[in-house]
Amino acid sequence: MGYGDTTVVKNIDLEIPAGQITALVGPNGCGKSTLLKAFARILKPTTGHVTLQGQPMTSYATRDVATRLAILPQGPVAPEGLTVTELVAQGRFPHQTLFRQWSPGDRDAVERAMRLTDLEDFADRPVHSLSGGQRQRCWLAMVLAQDTPLLLLDEPTTFLDLKVQVDLMALLSRIVHEDGRTMVLVLHELNLAAAFADRIVMMRDGEIVAQGTGAEVICPEELRAVFDLRSDVIADPVTGRPVCLPRTSNHVATPIIAAAAE
Amino acid sequence: MNATRTICAATGFWLCLGGVVLAFLWHVSVGAKAIPLGTVWQAITAPQDGVFDHVVVRDLRMPRAIFALSVGAALSVAGALMQGVTRNPLAEPGILGLMAGATFAVIIGIGWFGLAGTAYVPLFAAIGALIGAVLVWTIASAAPGGATPLTLILSGAAVGGFLYAVESAAILLNEDTFRNFRVWLSGSLAGRDMATYLWALPWFIGGLIAALLIAHQITALAMGEETAAGLGVDTFKIKVAALGAVVVLTAAAVSVAGPLGFVGLVIPHLVRLFVGSDYRLIVPFSAIVGAGYVTLVDIAARVVLAPIEISTGIVTTMLGAPMFIWLVRVKL
Repeated sequence: MGYGDTTVVKNIDLEIPAGQITALVGPNGCGKSTLLKAFARILKPTTGHVTLQGQPMTSYATRDVATRLAILPQGPVAPEGLTVTELVAQGRFPHQTLFRQWSPGDRDAVERAMRLTDLEDFADRPVHSLSGGQRQRCWLAMVLAQDTPLLLLDEPTTFLDLKVQVDLMALLSRIVHEDGRTMVLVLHELNLAAAFADRIVMMRDGEIVAQGTGAEVICPEELRAVFDLRSDVIADPVTGRPVCLPRTSNHVATPIIAAAAE
Repeated sequence: MNATRTICAATGFWLCLGGVVLAFLWHVSVGAKAIPLGTVWQAITAPQDGVFDHVVVRDLRMPRAIFALSVGAALSVAGALMQGVTRNPLAEPGILGLMAGATFAVIIGIGWFGLAGTAYVPLFAAIGALIGAVLVWTIASAAPGGATPLTLILSGAAVGGFLYAVESAAILLNEDTFRNFRVWLSGSLAGRDMATYLWALPWFIGGLIAALLIAHQITALAMGEETAAGLGVDTFKIKVAALGAVVVLTAAAVSVAGPLGFVGLVIPHLVRLFVGSDYRLIVPFSAIVGAGYVTLVDIAARVVLAPIEISTGIVTTMLGAPMFIWLVRVKL
């Protein structure tokens, strides 16, 4: 699968288990977003096929797919002036028809999504007036309102502060494990994947290099093979999950600029 | 949309509609001889054959007011659809070559094939609009960086300028045929015949209905193609449908009034200030507000320098150009 004549992802045979968070990780341009788009039938594979609940993706109508899986693309932009509630309500699109535009079920789903993402106080604010983390929660609420068993998120934590990243990941984990949904994430931040994902799929040059639990795949050998990264891996003293510590050749560098004050 | 918003939107819609009715009546009452609103109302509701004012209202003034309403609605809705689908705040039939293409095709159709007042006028205009749009888009795509709002505007200006030059030359070479088209070429509702309007009417209606039907999908498309696809929108199908609606609406408007610049730019932005980003509201409100706007502009065109009449297109351009400059500064 790829764009135009360029093949980005090849030799793939991947199954996503239900009820878990699967994280796709790998260096920039390794094809993780492309693979996610293929799952969401935004890209059609040139050879091979994608199946959803055992049926070929092509056998579903566009709208039917959207009631089974939701995708949050990378860096989405809300049209100016759209309020939080209006954005979240867009998630109900696949459940609506020309003659049944808005039902009590739609309202409940929107309210529930906004409660889960803690957005009730912002309901009538324009989306573009919010901070990056709040905005990301709005988009998350939109795909949650879509009320699908499968959620696909492309780099949901990019450009967010560390604290906001962690809060968001904890929220995603809660949604999956308490709500019984399935989630596939493309993640940049390896340690976030290690801390929150049930399964990690490592990709390089469009192919899957390793997959398994964090403890199985996060190790210095794999990280060198996938990222060309020298690193040590230690266990988080609290959770026991692996944590990657990158190493460079010169451990101590002279600061180029420094400040001190009493 | 929750209940309060629905009520607000409905109230706003009826208020705007009331405003349009008033603009319509005012439009009809103004002219070489002012006709009191009461007489206008009588002429519409209970016309009497012998009364001169009633004949003036029904045969001369009302058609022109109806042209103004239709053209304003069509161009505003076309602009709104274009801005939504392309996420380009400066998209508009006049700027992106559709209007120039339609105008050119109509000139060809009338000058070479003698099609004035026939069913072929809107058809020629539609083919011209489509070719104009494709031409502008192709040229912009070939530019470094591809079809961005800026390259599209430049390409639109080049195509529009070129077609206008060819039209002017054609008119100079064939002054007798085009005697009446000088004015039409600058966008005018004066002296248009009912036959042309009636042939364009199905195009107006079809285009507006199509726009209302796809409005919900346009809202999703305005959030980006991948988001829309994720929500279950068949993005290719909707883009083709939107292009079709825009071409049809532009063709109908140009057939009747010639090129009226900037209407499709000004009205949707104005409407968005009040109704937000939901195209289920933007499309109907653009239709209503656009209809009222062109009607008012046409009143101004007739009374400001009375007894001399300015082309309606000159007034829409004078009002729209500052808006265009403002949008370039704020949004590009």
